[in-house]
Amino acid sequence: MEEKVIVCDKLTKRFGYFIATNEISFEVNKGEIFGFLGANGAGKTTAMRMLCGLSAPTSGSATIAGYDVYSETEKIKRNIGYMSQKFSLYENLTVLENVEFFGGIYGLTDQEIKEKTEELASKLGLKSEMKKLVGSLPLGWKQKLSFSVAVLHEPKIVFLDEPTGGVDPVTRRQFWDLIYEAADRRITVFVTTHYMDEAEYCNRISIMVDGRIEVLDTPANLKKQFQANSMDEVFYQLARSAKRADS
Amino acid sequence: MEAVVVENITKTYGKGKVLAVDNVSFSVNKGELFGLIGPDGAGKTSIFRMLTTLLLPDEGSATVDGFNVVTDFKQIRSSVGYMPGKFSLYQDLTIEENLNFFATVFGTTVTENYHLIQDIYVQIEPFKKRRAGKLSGGMKQKLALCCALIHKPTTLFLDEPTTGVDPVSRKEFWEMLRRLKKQGITIIVSTPYMDEAALCDRIALIQNGKILSIDTPDNVTRSYPANLYAIKANEMYRLLKSLETFPDRLNSYAFGEYAHATFRSEKLDTAHLEHFLTDKGLSGIEIKRIPATIEDSFIKLLN
Repeated sequence: MEEKVIVCDKLTKRFGYFIATNEISFEVNKGEIFGFLGANGAGKTTAMRMLCGLSAPTSGSATIAGYDVYSETEKIKRNIGYMSQKFSLYENLTVLENVEFFGGIYGLTDQEIKEKTEELASKLGLKSEMKKLVGSLPLGWKQKLSFSVAVLHEPKIVFLDEPTGGVDPVTRRQFWDLIYEAADRRITVFVTTHYMDEAEYCNRISIMVDGRIEVLDTPANLKKQFQANSMDEVFYQLARSAKRADS
Repeated sequence: MEAVVVENITKTYGKGKVLAVDNVSFSVNKGELFGLIGPDGAGKTSIFRMLTTLLLPDEGSATVDGFNVVTDFKQIRSSVGYMPGKFSLYQDLTIEENLNFFATVFGTTVTENYHLIQDIYVQIEPFKKRRAGKLSGGMKQKLALCCALIHKPTTLFLDEPTTGVDPVSRKEFWEMLRRLKKQGITIIVSTPYMDEAALCDRIALIQNGKILSIDTPDNVTRSYPANLYAIKANEMYRLLKSLETFPDRLNSYAFGEYAHATFRSEKLDTAHLEHFLTDKGLSGIEIKRIPATIEDSFIKLLN
């Protein structure tokens, strides 16, 4: 039996009369790359904020890395990594300073930080850039660096919110190499994207429409189910039926 | 007839330390839908800002509708439409107020050019009393397009109008652009999405401030210099790793459910490759020759 790191049951978030996330239920296995798709405004961000322990659900239940989203949010935060859509490292600190800072925040020892820094520098080819300000790096490197910082503390799950938006096609693929490597180390990857070719790289994907998870399966099965040649077509067929205006 | 002519334009920031646009030249014909295709930081926005007279080039010259971007900035500002990448309308004015405001600033009325925006405006009209700041991303984008169009511009500059927009809304947006093109408006649009390039009349592929190629999308992909193969197997990560060790391999990368690859030899021995991959423990192997896409061409140019 696969170990489940995310278990969601009828998780719901209401804002007044508006049901942003409507009774979503799903499970994610350890080491899985899980694609969380949906049109703008389908409720992805709201759902993700609940899963990260940043927003209390209205009803339903969920455990993240075994911790409850209502009562154990601090434990959740210690066991996950999060990379936001908006670049969130400190631009006016050097690469090294950022790594040291976030390593400290995550409670790594000086020795661990030192090892992680060396590992990161050689893996990303950033050895000669460690003393440069992060703000001066090209976007592609920033994104790769953000990801590496998000998994610095070897979290059980890493949440990636549109990590590759606007990145060039070569860097986008290098980024996915990092994702594959993390999954290989049994880190669960929970990722949102608007690139449908990237949906293909996920083990399983869910597609949200109007607050609900409309489908959840492997990319191959979904294409079969919708008699589509590409995930783009699957997405188009599903999202076109959305009633809700995007956000 | 040319709507936009750019000659050897260069732009640096930080007292010459950052080279944003590096000796770029291109021209856009009247009525053309021209795409600037490249990742963030390629220099697209700097080019847009110089052409809309919001930024001075360090070197080189450019004209829009025959007007010089440095000396004739007033004429250019009244004749072009510009939709910046960042939402820049008045957040505390309603949809209706924003539109009326921009029409008035340009000395016209909403009724006069309503035919240009009708298609788009009807979609947001039910919310016309809502403040712009309270609109959804897709609605903001539609309103911004209406405001950029309301004075009947000769040339429309759209800076990454579809970034962060889901595939369905992106498709709708491009359908709107095709309809605008029929009205004779020259459109210059930038995007980081390679699949959108195919919808332009001509494209410039841009990276690190330099233009790598300018042509029709068909010609860009037709001139792909190698035989391209699509390869599928049961496990993508292992497939990619295995391809990297195949002696004849030139380049290989993931592309949706397939990996795309080029090889040194003129004609790939597919049986040999299949055998090689099977030895690596892969199954369900499929290998086929395919035509290149814009994204393949871009990757080739970056290498």
